[in-house]
Order: sequence, then C-alpha cells, then structure tokens
Amino acid sequence: MVLVYSDDKKIALELLSKGKDLAKELGKKLIAVAIGKHEEVNTKEYIVHGADTVFFVETDLENFKAEEYSEFLEKIIKETNSETVLIGSNKNGKELASRLAGKLNAGCVVDCINLYFKDKKLTVERVVYSGNAIAEQQFISKPEIITVPPKVFNPLPPDQNHKGDIIKKKFDTEKYNSKIMKIQEMKSGDVNVEEAEIIVSCGRGFKKKDDIKLVSELADALKGKTVGCSRPIAADLKWLSEDHWIGLSGHKVKPKLYIAAGISGQIQHIAGMRDSGIIVAINKDPEALIFKSADYGIVGDLYEVLPKLTNAFKEKLG
Amino acid sequence: MNIIVCAKQVVDVSEIKVDPNTKKPILQGIAQKISDIDKNALEEAIKIKEKHGGKITVITAGPSNAKERIKELLAMGADEGVLVTLPDKSDYHVTSNLLAGAIKKIGAYDIVLCGEASIDMFSGQIGPRVAGILKIPQITYAQNINVEKEKITAERNMGELAVTTESTYPVLVTVTKEINEPRLPSLMQILGAANKPISELSADSLVSTINPKVETIELKGVPMTRKNIIFKDDIDESVGKLVESLTKEGVLR
Repeated sequence: MVLVYSDDKKIALELLSKGKDLAKELGKKLIAVAIGKHEEVNTKEYIVHGADTVFFVETDLENFKAEEYSEFLEKIIKETNSETVLIGSNKNGKELASRLAGKLNAGCVVDCINLYFKDKKLTVERVVYSGNAIAEQQFISKPEIITVPPKVFNPLPPDQNHKGDIIKKKFDTEKYNSKIMKIQEMKSGDVNVEEAEIIVSCGRGFKKKDDIKLVSELADALKGKTVGCSRPIAADLKWLSEDHWIGLSGHKVKPKLYIAAGISGQIQHIAGMRDSGIIVAINKDPEALIFKSADYGIVGDLYEVLPKLTNAFKEKLG
Repeated sequence: MNIIVCAKQVVDVSEIKVDPNTKKPILQGIAQKISDIDKNALEEAIKIKEKHGGKITVITAGPSNAKERIKELLAMGADEGVLVTLPDKSDYHVTSNLLAGAIKKIGAYDIVLCGEASIDMFSGQIGPRVAGILKIPQITYAQNINVEKEKITAERNMGELAVTTESTYPVLVTVTKEINEPRLPSLMQILGAANKPISELSADSLVSTINPKVETIELKGVPMTRKNIIFKDDIDESVGKLVESLTKEGVLR
C-alpha cells in the first residue's frame, strides 16, 4: 500500500495526487490517514481526491504530538503492510517521519522535491549542501518514508464518483512523560510569503529599519503588497518578523515575480526563492552573487533605484 | 544533570564552490568543522551544567579525523568525548542506531541534546530517530529551555506558533540556531582540553551488522537557467528597460 499523511490538509491533497500515481505504478491501493477530532471533516475529501481507504484515528490529544502520532502511524503501516509512506514536510511532519523511521528501522528522506522510479527502485531528489547540489537517493529497503514540502505536487481535482472506505481507529499508546503546556502565535501573522504572487525582498543593503518602507512602497505599487527579506533582516537585526524571512531555514517561495533589493545572494537565500517565475535583482555591487540567479538586474544604489522603480510601476499600472 | 550532546563533523558549506562546467559542488579540500547548530546544543548543555552541575559527554559519529573536532568541543566545556567510527556505508538509519547504541553504553543520562539539523544535509532526522530508538520523549526546534530538577520546559519554534512543551527526564531535545551564541574557548581552555578523555567506539561494538536503507546514487549540480540580463548604465534608463522587460514577461498586471 501507499500511505499518505499530513496534519496540513492542503499538503495531504497534494501527496494524494502523487500517491495515486505511485500506487497505480505499483499496483497497490492508496491509503490516507487523518488524526484527531478536527480532522474527521477531511476524510471524505481525501476519498474524492483519490484515497481508496481513509483511516481516521480518534485521540484525546488536542494537538499534534510526534511521540503518539508516530505510534498511530506505525500501527497503521504494520496493519496495512504499507511500503511507501508519504508525509507532508512541515516541521511537524519532519519530526514525525524521522521518529517513525527510527521506530521502524526504516529508510527516510526528508524534503524531497522529486520522486520517481529508476531501475524499478523508488528514487528521490533533495537539495543538499545548502542549495549547492541535489542528491539523488534510492531506497534499498522497505518501508520507504518520504517527506514532501508543500507545492511540489499539484492536487487532483475532486472526483465525486471515486469511492472509498473510512475506517475509524482508536489506539492505546504508551504513556509519554511529555505534554504541551501552551501554544501561542509567534507574531502578527498577516504575512504569507509562501502564497504571494509578487514579492519584494530586502537584505543587508538597507542601512536602517526605517528604509524598509522603500520596499513596501515598491510592493504596493506592484499591488503585490508582500515584503520578504533575507536572514540578517529577520534573524539578526529583527527589523522584520520571521514570517518575512525567505531562505533555506526561512520560507520557500514561488511567486511569479521576485524582486531582491540589497540582497547579496548567499546560497541559503537563493535556496528559498530559486523556484520563482521571474527574478529581478537590484544591487550596487556588479559582482554580487544575486545577479547570477536573476533574470533581470539593475546595478545601482537601491536608495536611488527603488523610488524611481516605484514611480515607474505606478505610472505603468495606474 | 548528565547531558549527552550529539555533534556532527561537516564540510564548511559556506566554503563550497561550484564547478562552472558540471555545476557540481567541489567538496574536496574544503575545511571540516562541527555543524553550527550542534555547537548551539553544546552551549546550551554548558549553561545547564553551570546552573545544575553534572557532566557533559559529546558523541560524534564520523571518520577518525573527527577527533580534532571533538577537542574543540572539549575546549568549549564538554567533559568527555566519544568518537563512534562510522562504517564505510552509512545513512541516517545506521548513524542514529550507532548514536543510540553509544548513548546506551554511556548509560545514565538525563538530557540528549542535538542541533535541529546539520548544516550540510539539513534533514533533522538524527534527533527524532534517536529518541524513537531510545523510546524517550522528544522536544524539537527548542528556542528556549528551562531546566528544573524534575522537569524541562522548552519553547519550540514552530514557525507561526510557539509551542511550550514540558517533559520529565530522560528526554531528547533539538535546538535552533537562535537559542544562544556558542562561546569561543579561551587559550587556557584549549590547552586544558588536551587532558580530557576521548574514547573511540567501533560500530561493531555497538550494534550487530547494520546496513543502510538509503543510498545516494548521484550528487547533481543545480541547474540555474536565468536570463542574466543586467542593466548597468544610467539608472533612469535601467529602470525604463526593466519595466519594459517585465511587461513583456507578462508579470505586471
């Protein structure tokens, strides 16, 4: 069986689409798992999106917890003899997949950006060496555990005629001496760079916090309204919250237009935006690395370029 | 508090150059170092020891030259080092089982600390895998830790949410880079580290035959096909040309 799980429904639907291909190729059935009372509503949706069976796990836990959730999955994997397990690659999914792999003594590859058969073996690709290379890896044993980030695959349109079973489960798990005490919003949270179509980003080239308005004005003129940044601005200077941080350890984005102003183009930043449609770089250093990753660039002082560009866009777009 | 820190020797990724023809990374001759976030884990262990006493053991699974790196960790403040020599072929399954084996061998421990991920591969598998093998609770992505006699409380950085989790001991904790600033050892500490013990454990002494479950078949270059049209002249002119180009690309609405 091919088994799919994510605590994020959106990723689960994307994985079901790929899972269906894999299941077809392997001549196996596709299983989806939903865990916790908030997720029962998703079970029917998983079926119309391709699942042949949905396991709905009832639990008293209010929130995701890797210790218990990995036990639920372990039990379902064993019961269904699932050999290929796709898990959504968010922070919860990664720690879940890794713990599960430890418990099952299984191979696991996280953050796979590609998934295919080569010499009849399941083969995956992931970015390594902070964006400098792609490792092509192959499983030499089963079960195979794979985590996939959001938006790598497209969900299938719902097929209302697709039928499947919903199986309710309740498991006894071991008692773990860890518990969640509190869950808080980290920050304002009205920015979602991962969904943005146009992003204007800032980096070290800005001299003070106040100057970031040059970026937001440009973003407004483009009607994109989304401001991103590189690591120093969010993590070190804290001029913007981490919602804005684009890079290997920040958010990975795929807008149709990405404008990087005053960003040098460290590979860690590139790794977060390389899948953008068109990339524009503005930097006063003609040797800046960012230009190598850009479709268009302007060599110039951003303090001069940005206001002019903002005006030009305003004129163009009204 | 008895604390075990798992630290990995990695290539310094910031030094990696890409071969302009093959686009593949050139890894030969690149300096080795302890993965940055693992140093944050050790720093946190030292802070806990300063407050509560106890002993810090660092374990590195790697080649025998990793001994030099372990000395750096001893200079920072770890009490003892353990080098687990990796077999020729390894993956996370092999490494995590060897680390778990070494942890069991060390015996009494309260906290296992790791970085959230290594800077070369950035998988973050080792911590949760080891916790799963040892059947102990895991607290991942900790950006803040408070240790008390009977329990540990950690604030976890989950992106949009901060999740505060509590656990008794033993527990495995992975930390983020933001949790602290790792200290630089003084010359005296560097000299003093020479007297601290480093033991070597072979893979055979920790687990019976163990084989990887995943193998890397190729390391590919990253294709970056961008137009690289750079306007360098007069700024007004450049701005005009850029707007024109973006209009043609159809990305302006």
